[in-house]
Amino acid sequence: MSSTQEIQAGVAEILEEVAGVTPADATPEKSFTDDLDVDSLSMVEIATAVEDKFGVAIPDDELGNIKTVGDAISYIEKNQG
Amino acid sequence: MSTPTADVVVTGLGATTPLGGDVASTWEALLAGRSGVSRLTDDWAKEFPAQLVARLANDPVQQLDRVRARRLDRSQQVAVIAAEEAWRDAKGADSGVDPLRIAVVFGTGIGGAVTLLDQDDILEQKGPKRVSPFTIPMLMPNGPAAAVGLAVGAKAGVHAPVSACASGAEAIRWGLDLLRFDRADMVVVGGAEACVHPLPMAGFAAMRAMSTRNDEPERASRPFDKGRDGFVLAEGAAALVLERADAAAARGATVYARLAGAGATADGYDLVAPHPEGEGAGRAIAAAIRDAGLTAADIGHVNAHATSTPIGDTAEANAIRHGIGEHPLVTATKSQTGHLLGAAGALESVFTILALRDQVVPATANLDDPDDDPAVQALDIVRREPRKSTFSAALNDSFGFGGHNMALVFTTA
Repeated sequence: MSSTQEIQAGVAEILEEVAGVTPADATPEKSFTDDLDVDSLSMVEIATAVEDKFGVAIPDDELGNIKTVGDAISYIEKNQG
Repeated sequence: MSTPTADVVVTGLGATTPLGGDVASTWEALLAGRSGVSRLTDDWAKEFPAQLVARLANDPVQQLDRVRARRLDRSQQVAVIAAEEAWRDAKGADSGVDPLRIAVVFGTGIGGAVTLLDQDDILEQKGPKRVSPFTIPMLMPNGPAAAVGLAVGAKAGVHAPVSACASGAEAIRWGLDLLRFDRADMVVVGGAEACVHPLPMAGFAAMRAMSTRNDEPERASRPFDKGRDGFVLAEGAAALVLERADAAAARGATVYARLAGAGATADGYDLVAPHPEGEGAGRAIAAAIRDAGLTAADIGHVNAHATSTPIGDTAEANAIRHGIGEHPLVTATKSQTGHLLGAAGALESVFTILALRDQVVPATANLDDPDDDPAVQALDIVRREPRKSTFSAALNDSFGFGGHNMALVFTTA
């Protein structure tokens, strides 16, 4: 089980790799599309990377509900382990 | 209906090639006689009959932002690098031209084959869920054009001619038409190719189209020479910015040359073999000269397509001899760059324009012993050293598998 801080750091790492987001900008209130300029194809890459890192698969119908970095962190927290 | 006439000029150039990462370094290396060809050292190449390639002088990934580079196939990376150089050169961003009046025409021969093949490996090894969501935009043949369109903010239209090794030249012709028909005010045109990978290499080798002179990489591409045995696969891109002469003058743009005319024909002969007498090629050449309002006697220089294949070079020599005559100074720059396939026509147009500007014709490397074909013997092919001359009109031709023939005529600014 990863802690919230570990998950946030992991998501920030993924965002940097996939979309070039500076880790300090990857804070929970940020919207992927509006604030971080992450497009729909990059969201698919992020979902794959999340599965690799945390063992948490994000089905397509759930992916659409993940709007912010915080949404991603909560989803991973709820579904891990 | 008659063809609309409008003077169209070239106001920007860009390139990334086996000879250099930009236009200036590529042109300098070409005139210095340097070769871009080397032998593959990859393990997979060891059993290949043809092991020669002309790799880019500068790694495109180092020239682009990392995140941007990972979403673009290599053919798209080089397209963007060349187009952005041309756009800067033309001061396109400061031109004040409405994006709704900016168009892009960018061709490729093979497109994103490397992405296709790499993702197929992932599909086979890891399954469909691991295939990148960027696979389709990276492999589609309009990908280079689309990436360039975004880079320059083109909203008048983005087009992608695909006519094998004539694609780059066809893009230039298409850009000329867009300006003549007043469908845009500025057009970024060009071609891109980057398909050094075992499969295309094996496919071309199976056609017996590639040189197997593996022990002498720099001597392998030898257009018009008796000892030629095929082309050398190269990667790279080249781009030009075109606009109408009156608009270019009004904004004080630097004009390299005038794109005076273009001609396009089809052989209607064979899927891949050129007509042995270069019949269709000759018609394209004649059409381009006519379109430019010139006569054959006006053409002082020809940058030949001449890929170093046994059949292609003699067919083209016949087309040049019959279509233009024996007077122009001919060169075959693939002797140093290798064959950039869908980018070849664009790069060779850049060379043709710089030859006009500098009044010098680059030498054809490795032409030690010209072919016995009477047309090759009759042509004045520049070799050993670049030759200074005086000429105001020059022609670049390109041909592609499928029987596509393109010819472009440039004149001094």
